Amino acid sequence: MATSTQPRIGVETKSGAGSRDRIAGPFGMAALYGVLGLAAVVALFPFYYMLVMSTQRSAEILNVPPPLFFGTSLVQNYTELLAALPFWAAMFNSFAIAAIHTLLVLFFCSLGGYGFSKFHFPGRNALFGFLLATLMVPAFVGLIPSFVIMGRLGWLNTWNPLIIPGIANAFGIFWMRQYIDSAIPNDLMDAARIDGAHEFGVYIKIILPVIMPALAALAILTFMGKWNDFQWPLLILKDAEKYTLPVALSTLRSLRGNEIGVQVLGSTMAIVPILLVFIASSRQFIAGITAGAVKA
Amino acid sequence: MATSSVTLDRSHRSAEKSVGRQIWGAKWAYVFISPFYILYTVFGIFPLLYGLWLSFNKWDGISAMQFTGIANYERLFNNTIWWQAIGNTLWLFAAGTIPQLALALVAAFIINMPGIRFKDFFRAAYFVPIVASSVAVGILFATMFGERYGMINYFLGLFGIPNVNWMGSRDWIKPAIALVTVWQWTGYSMIIFLAGLQSISPELYEAARVDGAKTTDIFWNITIPLLRPVILFQVILAIIGAMQTFDIPVMLAGGTQSSAPGGTDRAGLVAAVLLYWTAFKYTQFGYASAMAFVLFLLILVFTYMYNRVQGSNPTE
Repeated sequence: MATSTQPRIGVETKSGAGSRDRIAGPFGMAALYGVLGLAAVVALFPFYYMLVMSTQRSAEILNVPPPLFFGTSLVQNYTELLAALPFWAAMFNSFAIAAIHTLLVLFFCSLGGYGFSKFHFPGRNALFGFLLATLMVPAFVGLIPSFVIMGRLGWLNTWNPLIIPGIANAFGIFWMRQYIDSAIPNDLMDAARIDGAHEFGVYIKIILPVIMPALAALAILTFMGKWNDFQWPLLILKDAEKYTLPVALSTLRSLRGNEIGVQVLGSTMAIVPILLVFIASSRQFIAGITAGAVKA
Repeated sequence: MATSSVTLDRSHRSAEKSVGRQIWGAKWAYVFISPFYILYTVFGIFPLLYGLWLSFNKWDGISAMQFTGIANYERLFNNTIWWQAIGNTLWLFAAGTIPQLALALVAAFIINMPGIRFKDFFRAAYFVPIVASSVAVGILFATMFGERYGMINYFLGLFGIPNVNWMGSRDWIKPAIALVTVWQWTGYSMIIFLAGLQSISPELYEAARVDGAKTTDIFWNITIPLLRPVILFQVILAIIGAMQTFDIPVMLAGGTQSSAPGGTDRAGLVAAVLLYWTAFKYTQFGYASAMAFVLFLLILVFTYMYNRVQGSNPTE
C-alpha cells in the first residue's frame, strides 16, 4: 500500500510544501481528523437527538437549553402514537410493499442485465441506448397521467401502483449488466451452452450464484427507496389503514400537531428498521455502490 | 482460450446469417429484456404522451375534456406564482445542491488521502442521513428549527447569534430547506466521488508530491480534472433531482394536507409542490400537465447548458 512509503517521502518534501496532509506531521493530521469528526457529529447528532426527543414530552422538549439526555415518557408517547394512527399496519404495509417490489426488481433487472450482457442480437445497442435515455426523464412528468391511468385500471387505493411500475427499471438493468459484464467470463457461458443448457437454466445455475453481491446492493437501494417513497403513495392510498409509513407520518403532524415526542417517536420507529439494515450491511453495501458507480 | 475462439467463430458466422435468423437465434435475449420495454411503454411512454395531450386541454379529471390549444401554456407564462416557485427551486438548487456537491468533493478528497484511518466509519456515518425517510427527517428538523426552543437556534445562541425564525419567515424558510438538503445528500454524493477517486492511480499523487506539489495543487490540478466525468454525471443527476424536490419543502413549508403550500409569502413553494397542488387539490389536470412539461423543458435546457460549459473545458 501507499502508506508504507509515507515517512520516506515526508523527509524528501521541500519545506512548506504539503503543509496540510499526511506528510505534514501531527498538526495537519489533527486538523483533518477534526474536520472529519465534526462532519460525522453533524451527520449523526440529529439521530441521537431524535432518540432523546422520543422519550420526552413537549413540555420537556420546549425548554432552553433543550434536553440532551433521555427522559421517561417513552411509554406514554408510544401509547399516544398507537392511538393516533394504525402505526403497525403502516409498518406492515411499508415492509410488504418494499419487500415484494424488491424481489421482483431483483428478478427482472438481473434477467434484463443478463440479456444485454451475454447475448448479441440485432438492435442491442439501440435498445440499450433507449433504456439509458429513459433515466433522464424525471418521474414527475408522468405523475398526473399515471394517476389517471391507475384510476382507469381501478388500482387507486391498492398496492399495485406502488409495486408494479418500476419492477423492470432502467437503473437496475444497467446496474446488473455492468456487473455481469465484468463478473462472468464468456467462456463460462459458452461452456454451459455447449453442454446444451437452456438459456434460462444458465441464468439460474450460472448467473444467479455469481451476481449475489450486485443483487445485495441493488436490493438495499431498492428497498430503501420504496420504504421512504412519499409522493406517489400519498397520491394513491386513501384509507388510513392502507398508508405506508411516510404517508402515515405526514398525517401525524396535523393529527397530533402539538405533541412533539409522539411525532418524533413515530419518525424514530420508521427510521430504526432501515437504519439497522444499513448498519448491518454498510460495508458490503458501500463497496457495492462504489463498484457500480466507478463503472458508470 | 480455446473456448473464446469458439465464441469468435460463432459470432463471425452469425454475422453472415440473415437478420431474421439472428433474431430467432437470440429470441431468449428479447424475452429477458422485454419486461422493461413493456412496462415502460405502459407506465412511461404512454403517460408521457398522454400528459403532453392533457397539457393542451382543460380537464378536471371527471367531466369532458376540452381542447384549449396552448391556453394552458399562455396562462402559465403569465402566472407570477409559478415563476416564483421556479425561482425558489433554482434558489434551493444554488444554495443547497451546489454546496452539497462541493462539500462532498472535499470530504471525498480528504477521506481518500493515504494516511487517513477509520475510512469505513466516516463513509458510513456520512451516508446515514440519506437512509432515513425524508418525511421522518422533515418532522425531526421541523422541531430542531423551532424559533424559541429549537436545538439549532440554541446552538447558534451559544455563539451570540439571536434566534432565527426559520420556518415562519419568508427570509429563512429557503435556507432551512437548503440546510436539510445539504445534510441529507452530502454523504451520498461523497460516496460516488470517492468511488471515482479510487480509480485514480495513487502513483500520480506520489509523483506530484515528490515534485513538491501542495495538497491544494493536487486537488485542483489532478483530482478535479480526472474526476470530471463523475462530477459531470453527478451534477446532471443533481439538477434533475433538485428541480423535482418535494418531500422536504412539503414537510417544512406545507403543501400536502390542509396547510397552504409554501409558507409565508410562498417563500418555500417549489415547482413540484405547486404542480402537485394544482393537479390534485385544484384538480386542474391540464394546467398542471403544462407545468410538468415546462419544468421538464427547463431541466433539459439546464443539463444541456451545463454539458456545453463542461464540454468546452480546455483541460479535456
